[in-house]
Formats: sequence, structure tokens, C-alpha cells
Amino acid sequence: MIQALVFYMFAGITVASAVMVITARNPVHAVLFLILAFFNAAGLFLLAGAEFLAMVLVVVYVGAVAVLFLFVVMLLDINYLKLREGFLSYLPTGLLVGAILLAELALVVGSWKFAVDAPLSVGSRVPDMALISNTDALGRLIYTDYFYLFQASGLILLVAMIGTILLTLRSRPGVKKQNIAKQNARNKASSVEIRKVPSGGGI
Amino acid sequence: MAELWTGYVWPTVIIVAEIIAIVLPLLIGVAYLTYAERKVIGAMQLRKGPNTVGPFGLLQPMADGAKLFLKEIIIPQGASKAVFLIAPALTFTLALVAWAVIPVNQGWVLANINVGVLYLFAISSLGVYGIIMAGWASNSKYAFLGGLRSAAQMVSYEVSIGFVMISVLLCVGSLNLSDVVHAQEKGMWFIIPHFPLFIIFYISGLAETNRSPFDLPEGETELVAGYMVEYTAMPFALFFLGEYANMFLMSATITTLFLGGWLPPLHMVPFTWVPGVIWFILKVCVLLFGMLWVRATMPRYRYDQLMRLGWKVFLPFSLGWLILTAGVLEVTGWLPK
Repeated sequence: MIQALVFYMFAGITVASAVMVITARNPVHAVLFLILAFFNAAGLFLLAGAEFLAMVLVVVYVGAVAVLFLFVVMLLDINYLKLREGFLSYLPTGLLVGAILLAELALVVGSWKFAVDAPLSVGSRVPDMALISNTDALGRLIYTDYFYLFQASGLILLVAMIGTILLTLRSRPGVKKQNIAKQNARNKASSVEIRKVPSGGGI
Repeated sequence: MAELWTGYVWPTVIIVAEIIAIVLPLLIGVAYLTYAERKVIGAMQLRKGPNTVGPFGLLQPMADGAKLFLKEIIIPQGASKAVFLIAPALTFTLALVAWAVIPVNQGWVLANINVGVLYLFAISSLGVYGIIMAGWASNSKYAFLGGLRSAAQMVSYEVSIGFVMISVLLCVGSLNLSDVVHAQEKGMWFIIPHFPLFIIFYISGLAETNRSPFDLPEGETELVAGYMVEYTAMPFALFFLGEYANMFLMSATITTLFLGGWLPPLHMVPFTWVPGVIWFILKVCVLLFGMLWVRATMPRYRYDQLMRLGWKVFLPFSLGWLILTAGVLEVTGWLPK
């Protein structure tokens, strides 16, 4: 009973905050609601017994990705009213994307409901969850059977990162920068000199 | 009815009692950490520190609390009111909820979850929101700059903290914090093989909690008080308590990961007589004293130096150490099963 109540709480807050993301007037509030939605989705993962995924969701999405979102949105100079124009022209595209996602979810749930023994025919089976923790189970799958896929997705992210750096990197001439090694190499003999200044004479 | 009692009501009562047993000493500790900070820094600067309210000034934290409680809450014009008030509450709450997984003695832990280390990491990565929300909602440029600085700083240092944690976890083979301590019971405290990591974690911990010498988000010489500048009364008090509770949390994390948690330094008679929780508190206090000492000694870092230290020194070093640890464990066959 308690589990059901907690589930409805997490699910309700997730849906409500997702609605607020697209209806909030202020973009920063929208991002904050998005964070709330992520956080409650992590709660749903916990209820499903996927504690590792829940924590990773919080660490990666809430702790890192959303911070950068918030960072960017706060720094943007946005005209709130202009942002709300053209809602109707975006609506069909939005609905289409939503419909496709819904259909895909239905397919996943369908295959799960109607072909119960499908997971058994997969090459690498899900280990018995009663025996090992789910961090362990996930690690075994990722680092053994799906090792190449896992590495490939890592490489894709690396390429994306390098691409971003390449796009934004430009050499700016005339920037004053501290050369740390040079700074540390300075010593008393090379930088300080004591002179006897005769009165009225100057140096 | 009996089922309702044994199934729901009684466990709830026990959990609430356990929460109080954790939070109450923590809050008293936080109050006296503020006192200790003023006394320690005072002693280091040849001053007396608080000495008027109560014997040796011991009631000073209470007086400060009462003062902040009685002040008026001022919300700046143009501030985003809800966010402005949620931010300090969030900071303080996050500093408290993380204690759910910290084992203070053998079996003395509220939630002995399998992903304890990740939970700690997740909660500490949320801490940035309190500050960035406060900075934005205050509708003030000083606060905003402080918030942005802090966001960049905390995200940067979290990366090296993550790698340090992974290196330690490789030697444990479990994400459970009690298992981390048990692994040190069997072998040795991880501070011995991982000494450089201990230093990195300690320094990153100072940066994570926005303590001196990394207190640029506050930076009173340039940003007045950074993200806290518009806060008064209880919201300010919550930020203040949150910062000190975070110091406690960071020290407790370091104690668990590197200093053997509740374990005595030697398994010999006079040491084993002392209960584990006392050893835990002692270790936390030593680390906290170090934090106060650093504040009294070090000048504030420059922002570019801070970023350089995080990204160009700590990150490559902790990554290299992680590979070294993994290599040593693999070659020697010490990899925990």
C-alpha cells in the first residue's frame, strides 16, 4: 500500500513538473521544474529496484547536465513574451514527436507483456537479481557482453566533446596569461634588488 | 489493527527516533563548530574569541541563533520569491539527508543501502542548486556572480572527487559504506596506500563546501558576500548551518573512506576499550580542525588558479592514480571478489 502511495507521489510530481516545464512563464523556473522531474524519475527507478540507475540519474542528469542547462538559461537574454509566440505553429511537430514516443513505449511494454519469455532468448541473460546487487549485474553486462557497444558510446561522446571544443576554440592574440612554471621559477635573486638610494638623487 | 501497528506505525516510530538520534547531535555539533571556529581562529590570531555569553562564551551559538531567529526576513524587490526561500532550505536539507548512509559505528546506520557511496556523491552534487538558485533568485549582480562561480567550482571539483571515490571503491569491491570500513578492518586504512588521494579529497572537499581558501562564491572583498548577500534572518541562518553541516558531512565521508570509520587505530587493548562511535567523532573533529586551521592560514585562491588546480592538476592526477590502482590490483591479484 505504502509502495503504491509513494509511486503515485513520485509519478504525479514527475508528470506535474513535466507539464510545468512547458507552461512555466520564466525559463529558469522551467529548468528548475525539469530538475524536479529528473529527481522524481530517480525516485521511480528506486521503487523499481534499480537503485544504481536512480543514483546515476541524479549524479549525471541532476548534478551535472541540468546545472549546465541552468547556467546557460540564466545567462541568456531572453524575451519571455517573444518566447511564447508561435506556440500553435510548433504544436503539430510536438504532438508528432510525442505520438512517436508513446507508440515506442507501447511497443516496449507490449513485447514485455505478450512475449514473457523474450528475455530468456537474449544472448546475455539478466543475472538472478536475488543473488547479486544491481550495480554488479549491470557491470557484468556492460563490461563483458556489451563491452564494444559501451566503448563505442564512450567514443561517440568523446567525439562530440572534441567537436564542441573545436567549434568554440579560437586563438585570441594579446591575452595576458600567467605562465605558472615561469612564475614558480622566479626567485629572490632574479626579481628583487636592494639599492642604496642617495637622498635627493633618485635611481 | 495489530498488523497496521507492527507493519507501519512501529517501524515509522523507530525510523523517526533514529533520525532524531542522528540529527540532534549533528545540529548541536554544527552550533559548536561555529563556536570552535571563532575560538580556534581567535587563538591563531592571538585574540580571545567569544568569551562573554556563558562560561568561556559557550552559549554564544545559542545567542547567535536567537538573534537570527528574531530578525525580520527581508525579500528583495524583484526577487523570485519561492526560489529565494527554497534555496536555503534546500542547502540545509541536503546537508542533513546525506547522513542517512553514514555508518558511525558497527551497524549504526540509518539506511544501509548498497549504493551508499553513490548516494553520498549524488547528494553532494545536488548541493550546488541551493547556491545557484539563491544567486539567481536574489536579483542582484553580486549574488548572481557568486552563484555562477560556485556552480562552476563545485562541478569542477566533483569530477576529481568522483575519481577518488572510484579508486577507493576498487579496493573495496562494494558501494556500501559499511563494507568500505570492513575492507579497511581486514587490510589497512586507505589513507596509507592512497595518501595522495586523501590530500586531493580533502582539498576538493574544501572546494565543495565553499570553504576558505576556495570561498570565492562568498568572496567578501569583491562580491560583498556572494550568493548570501540578500539573505537575512532565518534563511541566512539556514545557509550558514548548511555550510557547517556540509563540513561535518565532508569530514565524515573522508573518515569513512580513508580513516577507517569507527575503527580504532590499533587493534590493541587500550584502543579497543573506546567505543567505535567515539573514534568516529574524534577523527571527524581532527579533520574539522584542519579545515578551521586552513581558514586561519591560507589566503583566498584566485579564480583562474582554482580552475587550474581542479582541471589541470587534480583531475589528471586522480585519473592516473585510478589507472595505477586498477593495474596494481589486477597484477597482484588483490582485486576484491
